[in-house]
Parts: sequence; C-alpha cells; structure tokens
Amino acid sequence: MIDSPVDNTTQRAAGSAVVVGRAGLQTLVDVLATRGYTVLGPTVRDGAIIHSKITSLDDLPQGWGDTQEAGRYRLRRRGDDALFGFASGAQSAKPTLYPTSVMLGRRSRNGNGAPTSVGTPPADAGESGDGASAGPYALLGVRSCDLHAIGIHDWVLGGRPDAGPDPDYERRRRDLFLVAVTCGDPSGTCFCASMGTGPRPDRGYDLALTELLDDQTHQFLLEPGSPLGANVLAQLPGRPAEDADLAAAHQVAQSAAGRMGRTLDTDGLREILYSAVNSLVWEDIAARCLACENCTMVCPTCFCTSIDDTTDLTGTTTERRRVWDSCFSSAFSGVHGRSIRTTVASRYRQWMTHKLASWIDQFGTSGCVGCGRCITWCPASIDLTAEAANLRAERNGANGAQASRALRRTT
Amino acid sequence: MTRTDLEYSPAAAGDEAMLPSPYRITQRREDTADTVTLAMEPLSGEQPSFVAGSFMMVEAFGVGEVPISISGDPTRPGPLEHTIRDVGAVTHALVDSEPGTVLGVRGPYGNGWNVADGVGGDLVVVAGGIGLAPLRPALLEAFSRRGDFDRVVLLYGARRSEDVLYADQLVAWRERFDIDVQITVDYRTPDWDGRVGLVTGLVPRAGFDPNRTLALVCGPEVMMRLVATSLIDRGVPASRVRLSMERNMHCGVGLCGHCQLRELFLCVDGPVLSYDRLDPLMTVPEL
Repeated sequence: MIDSPVDNTTQRAAGSAVVVGRAGLQTLVDVLATRGYTVLGPTVRDGAIIHSKITSLDDLPQGWGDTQEAGRYRLRRRGDDALFGFASGAQSAKPTLYPTSVMLGRRSRNGNGAPTSVGTPPADAGESGDGASAGPYALLGVRSCDLHAIGIHDWVLGGRPDAGPDPDYERRRRDLFLVAVTCGDPSGTCFCASMGTGPRPDRGYDLALTELLDDQTHQFLLEPGSPLGANVLAQLPGRPAEDADLAAAHQVAQSAAGRMGRTLDTDGLREILYSAVNSLVWEDIAARCLACENCTMVCPTCFCTSIDDTTDLTGTTTERRRVWDSCFSSAFSGVHGRSIRTTVASRYRQWMTHKLASWIDQFGTSGCVGCGRCITWCPASIDLTAEAANLRAERNGANGAQASRALRRTT
Repeated sequence: MTRTDLEYSPAAAGDEAMLPSPYRITQRREDTADTVTLAMEPLSGEQPSFVAGSFMMVEAFGVGEVPISISGDPTRPGPLEHTIRDVGAVTHALVDSEPGTVLGVRGPYGNGWNVADGVGGDLVVVAGGIGLAPLRPALLEAFSRRGDFDRVVLLYGARRSEDVLYADQLVAWRERFDIDVQITVDYRTPDWDGRVGLVTGLVPRAGFDPNRTLALVCGPEVMMRLVATSLIDRGVPASRVRLSMERNMHCGVGLCGHCQLRELFLCVDGPVLSYDRLDPLMTVPEL
C-alpha cells in the first residue's frame, strides 16, 4: 500500500524516461491495443469527461478543461490543444476495477430431484466493465489521487490479513495496465496536495505521463514505473528525456500543487472526529444533506457493497450479485425490523468519520485522497473540507460564530 | 418449502466463497412459540468446525440470507445447530422449514467467546431472551472441561415463562449441581412461580469472585450494557466482560462494510468484544 506522501518538491533524474510527440502517444494506444488491452481513456460525453474505450488521440478531450465547485461541474474551452487539461471527472478507476454490479453466481433448485441445467453468467460487459470476461483494461490518464485510491483498494479488497480478498477485484487488478498522468490544471474542489496524494504520480503505475505544452511544442514525458511499463515504452518512437524535460514536468506539478481549490488540515483530524460524535455540526449538515449517496458513488475509495439475490418469478433460479451500496441508506445498517442509523445526521457522521478517522484504524491510511469529487457532485454543495474545518473550529472553541450558526439551524 | 436440491454455478473461481453450501434439515425442535432449533447436515463434504460464539449466514432459497449464531456443541461432531426466532421474512421462512428442506449455509464467520480464557476462575454467563442461543456452545464447552473452572454461573432472563429457551436443558443443567442456574422473567404469568425482574438484578447477588471472573453476556444491547455496568460495579474488569454484538452482518468476511461500529468490522473483529473496547461505542446513539 501507499504509505508515504508524494514528493512533489524534488525534481527527478532523467533515467529511463522518454519524450514522445503526439504520434508517439498514438503509438502507445496502438501498442496497448495490440497487446490485448481494451484502452479506456477520457472522452467528452454529455458535457462531462467520461472514461470510454479509445482507439485514437482524436477521442481524447483536446482543448477541453473543466470548472468545478461545490455542486457544480462544467466543461470549458481551454484555448490550447491540451489533451489532459482537466481535473477529475465523476469516474475514478473504481468503476473499472470494482464495477457497480458483479455476478457472483447463479443457483437453481428443482422440486423432484432431477438435475436442473444451470446457465453461465452473462458477460454483460459495458465500458465500466461488468462481467468477468471483460478486459483486460489499460487505463489512460489516471490521476495521482486515483492511483492512491487504487493503492488503498489493493489493501482493503486485495487480501488484508483480517479479510478478503475480493476475487473479482483481484482478477481485474492483476490484469490492469495503468498510464498515470500528472495533473496540470486542478479544479476548485481539488485538495490532493493536502492529503499528500498528488498531483504528480509517484508510484503504482506502469507508465507516468506528463503533458508538456507550450507555444512551440506539444510533447509527453513518459516515465516507466514497472518492468511491463518499460517494455511497452521501448516500443514507442521517442527520444531520451533530458534534464530540461524533467524540469518542465516538475514545473507542471509544482504549479498545479499551488492551484488547489481546497485544503484539508489533517493534523489530529482522527481525534477531532472521534470526539465530535455529539457535535451540532452533524445536525447542520443533515439539514442540507439529501442522503442521495452521490458522494459514496463518486468516491474512489468507498467500497461498501451489498450481496443481492434476485430470484426469478417461478422461484427456481436465483442470481447473486455484488452491487455498490451506500452508508447513506437506512437499509444499510438494518438489523431485523429496524435500522441502527435512522437519522441522516448519523449517516453523514458515519461516512465522514469512516473516511477521515476510523479508516486510519482499519487500514493505516486516510480513506480520503483529496480528489474533491464528493464536493463537486453533491447536489446540496456540502463540502467535506469545510465541514472538517467546522468540526475543528468547534473543538477549538475558536469559532463561536460557526457553532452558533449550527445551533441556529437546528433550533 | 418442499424438499429441494440445489445446483451452483459460481461466476468464476473464488466467487463460491460468497455462495452458500446446501445443508439439509435433519431435525426441527420448537423451543418456544416463535423460536425453533434446526439441526442440519451438509449435502456433501465435511461440516466445518466452529468456535463457540461464531455465526453463519443461513439462507432460505429465494427469500434471503441472515446471520444466525451457532447454538450447537463445538466440542463434538454432530449436526450444525441454529436457534432461530421468527422476526422477519427470512427467519419466518427458516422457522417454517420442515425436516428434509435444503437451506443454504455460509461460514462460520467471526470470532468466539474464548471460554478457555476463564480457566482457573469463575465463569459467569448472562443471557437475555434468544441471547442464550449463542451462549449455549460456550456453556457446553465449559461443561466439557468443568473441572478447569471454579464456579460456573448462568443468569438467564426471558420476557415471560413461555419465552424461556431450552427449558428442558435448563432443568437438566440445574440438576447438575455444579452450575448455578438462575432464571428470571420480566412479566409474571400464572404458571410461573420463579423469580420476576430483569436479569440485571441477578448480577449483584450471584455467587462469583469478581477478581477471577470471565463474564460472557448476550442479549438486547441495552441489557448487555446494564449487565456489563453491573458486573464492573462488582469489580469484574471491563476487559473480562465480553459481549456479543449485533449489527448488519452481510458478507461475513469484512468486505461489504455493513457491520461497522466505528473502526470495527463486527463480522471479523467480533461479534464478541470486551466491554473496555465497546463502552465508548455503545454509549453513542446510532453509531
């Protein structure tokens, strides 16, 4: 797992890095396809950046950027030809590695003892990759925040000492080829710099890409992160990277780190959340939260699932699927005839406390990688970083106005 | 439900861990008006061994799957036993199942009471209602090595006399004279001439040495908390008071997230936890 913060401050040595042009990047896509990968990359669809199957650089969001704020996501024209000039879209690697619905098996019964034929599971493969026959995938353009989220899932789902592993996740993960990209233009809800998870990919990738774009040139620095990545890199037409290229890539990350739209002070956050169980801030949030589950769906680390059975009308065949679930539903904490968490306040508390505090006890890291998706995609514009700051202020007693605002809202 | 056979088709290797194995009901005993004990045997293969206090996911085909503690004897091979109370759609279907019915079973999951930690001292078992079911394996384990413990005390509370679980066995245990069995009911009925009152009330007067006691408690959460407090008031260290917690056990292997109690995954870290760990978590509503 990923256990130390990303070092955005040190410029790297040229080593085995290669610089390619647009043609070289196209060759990368071609080489990956030739090697049997379904290449998924960012594309523009329905006014958003969506992971889709790509075959050509023309599929990429050339010249597109985005504007993100709490409860707001809009694409914008950049005024340049950047291929990766946007921040995180709604999708992380999660839908690819841990699809919304995965078939676990099908069972049949009969009433007279005669064998019943049992069907094979449908390979209902979509772009997000449901069905075990889909893939292997190569993901192009994975942000550093999402790389860290994969690192977290590798631990949570990949067979930690006390649980698992999830066999479907293991299969998909084993076959995945990761092309990471340095974030050059973070959004208004980004805070990976606070979480030590970006913006420059530091490990956990096969190839790391940094887009180097100025008035004269449009190039891509490619750094290998695995033997397989180096092997693919050797097939690409490019030139060895020079110190100037590394310096330029370093500058891209440095500049991005300084333009994060949000910050999260993680110092003592676990203790703050544990001691805030009875805080009025939860009531204040609950007055706005719709319990719509968007935050848990877009979160790259939220992993809760339900084991769902669907039985046909005759009652003879039942399908068992693993589907995404969310701690924002009342059924989530249901025990016979009742729910443990009946209030939205208790559910938001569960989500935020798990993400930022109990996750540390369970898995050794924060469950937040600073991607900002939960803020962008919240229809009520609830801001995790602001609420964390409210809890801190309440604890410090330094912000009486904040506490009284919470009190006013609840009385 | 009719006599059935089941066929299984896991989607891929490894997925069968989430699919139940078929077990046939060999015996059905009605314990109370709404509670039965089912004895089951696997259609094929070996029955897994289990520790006292662990649970399994039991499925009524086409209806659903619920976590049920094992109530049988962990020290002897024999059919798997589950004591099930009719409280919802799935348990209703399970309770209604006749011998011969094939049910789906996954597990066992979770940790256990670790009765052996009480060897050399007194063992105090406090149960409320159906909470006696997950404690029965612990008692049977203790009886199998009775000489290793000093006093063994069972304090049991039921709502009414008709809700008393394992009545025949309670009588038999009482007749052993090497276990102090005290039973109380919340509400007196004409057929009851025993003690009336909450099980919590039995703790202060029970005969055990608090400094050398291992206490095992199972029942409704509020009852467990009051019993734990009462035991601690008598001087039992909180670390020697163990509770079996109930949450939404769903996958059983610590992956689905439903059974979390702050940092705990109760299906793998529990269900049995000591009160020093639970105290700060049980006192927060809706945690």
